[in-house]
Amino acid sequence: MSIIKVEKLTLVYGQGTSFEKTALNDVSFEIQSGDFVGVIGHTGSGKSTLVQLLNGLLKPTDGKVFLDGKDIWANPKKIRNVRFKVGMVFQYPEYQLFEETVYKDIAFGPKNMGMTEEETDQKVRSAAEFAGLQSDHLYKSPFDLSGGEKRRAAIAGVIAMDPDVLILDEPTAGLDPLGRDVLLSQIRNYHNMRKNTIVLVSHSMEDVARICDKILVMDHGNKKMFDTTENVFLRAEELESIGLRIPQITKIMHMLKQNGVNINANIFTVEQAFNEIINYLGT
Amino acid sequence: MENFIQINDVYFQYEENGKDPSDKYVLNGINLNIDKGEFVAIVGHNGSGKSTLAKHLNSIYLPTTGDVLIDGMNTKDDNKLFAIRKKVGLVLQNPDNQIVAGVVEDDVAFGCENLGIHPREIRKRVYEALEAVDMYEYRKSSPDKLSGGQKQRIAIAGIIAMQPECIVLDEPTAMLDPQGREEVMSTIQKLNREQNITVILITHYMEEAVLADRVIVLDLGTVFFDGTPREVFAQVEPLKKRRLDVPQATELVHYLKGCGYPLPDCVLNEEECVQALLKILKR
Repeated sequence: MSIIKVEKLTLVYGQGTSFEKTALNDVSFEIQSGDFVGVIGHTGSGKSTLVQLLNGLLKPTDGKVFLDGKDIWANPKKIRNVRFKVGMVFQYPEYQLFEETVYKDIAFGPKNMGMTEEETDQKVRSAAEFAGLQSDHLYKSPFDLSGGEKRRAAIAGVIAMDPDVLILDEPTAGLDPLGRDVLLSQIRNYHNMRKNTIVLVSHSMEDVARICDKILVMDHGNKKMFDTTENVFLRAEELESIGLRIPQITKIMHMLKQNGVNINANIFTVEQAFNEIINYLGT
Repeated sequence: MENFIQINDVYFQYEENGKDPSDKYVLNGINLNIDKGEFVAIVGHNGSGKSTLAKHLNSIYLPTTGDVLIDGMNTKDDNKLFAIRKKVGLVLQNPDNQIVAGVVEDDVAFGCENLGIHPREIRKRVYEALEAVDMYEYRKSSPDKLSGGQKQRIAIAGIIAMQPECIVLDEPTAMLDPQGREEVMSTIQKLNREQNITVILITHYMEEAVLADRVIVLDLGTVFFDGTPREVFAQVEPLKKRRLDVPQATELVHYLKGCGYPLPDCVLNEEECVQALLKILKR
């Protein structure tokens, strides 16, 4: 069953003014419950606009967003409930930490949802664990944490609301390579355990290729592709023509194939490439 | 001959308001010499001291002990502050935080205006700087209509117009899409080659560090490694231990070589990787 369905979605900023700009143009797609979807596209392609429409932070100029089959704007007074179901982690979420302790910061969402103290406590602890925070972090001030830990605390605050759909906008920007790897594995593990739906916006083709099952490609406010990761990265030339790239490792495998090596080029990680080449050499 | 930048035994700790500074040093005895015209990449994990070091190069931070000399001038010398900042320009991560004017050419002129340069000379410099970053045709545009890569090139033009001898860039591509990253990197390379501007690039992207003449790896506030990209990226395991990474091309060849295949010690890009692999795959 589709958890999110988007129908002919259009968003025009500053409609009727001389600054009018169409950020999203007639976009339709469906995300199935349990999907792990990557969203890629050049800067200004409409990625962030799109995800803000998915949890009702922006209201479409035209078209509809359905969550669990219901139009999210059918009753504008209930839009808050949509935001509990669709959790959003913004870019550089660590700038939004504000409480005295990490614990209180993570508890802010669940409390606002009206959970009891006991429920909140349980959510805070499990969210902190999913995000890779140790229990002694919980009683520190969020401002005494390192950059990577702050980011994790901020993500835990959204996970604690137990959203059916978790949207992450560039969660790894500015992290060092290991920080990037660890955070991505944690998100993937969280997905595997909770079986919820994840939408990940990223500029890193390597990251998206590694952890997403499906990819939505945006270009100048239009949906360009929506397909499995494999099928999307097969269309290397089209991606390059809209300012995107394929992961370096995938490109290497494509180049080997073009040079007459009969090898599987649908490869997205160094480990897969290594195994493929060892296999090829062994036969 | 004297080096353009000399960093002599620099230690640095942040002073906490009202408290005794903790005994934790962010920079822990750094010694480096950088020549005029070099293109140096600085890599290191979050918290390794990269940005702190960058801010020492134009007197934003002063060493707790030790000295930083720019073209022979000590950054601690108040009388040399303006002379040092004219020689060393700084470009930061987020282009949106660095743009001050509503029209591109006004924005690029801002730094020069503050230096009290004659308007006719400013006009000439602004146009030359915009040509150097391939943004001349956008000189009358509004910066908020530009892509991330274009905005970052405008920020670089604003620095170049002040005719510095050295540009320090602190993760200039962290927020850009793949094409924006390539645009900024080729602009940096061009300025280094054609105008002999010394470039110091701080980055988490190893694919960018590969393009430098020299790579410096910082770890816990000390220089862990200093060499050509080929020397540095041959150290796959030591780098990984320090939360860093190598390009995917380098990693693949490294692991295959570890299995005994006759391959070079270090390849830096996909072309070198494919050439090396074809030798063992096409027997």
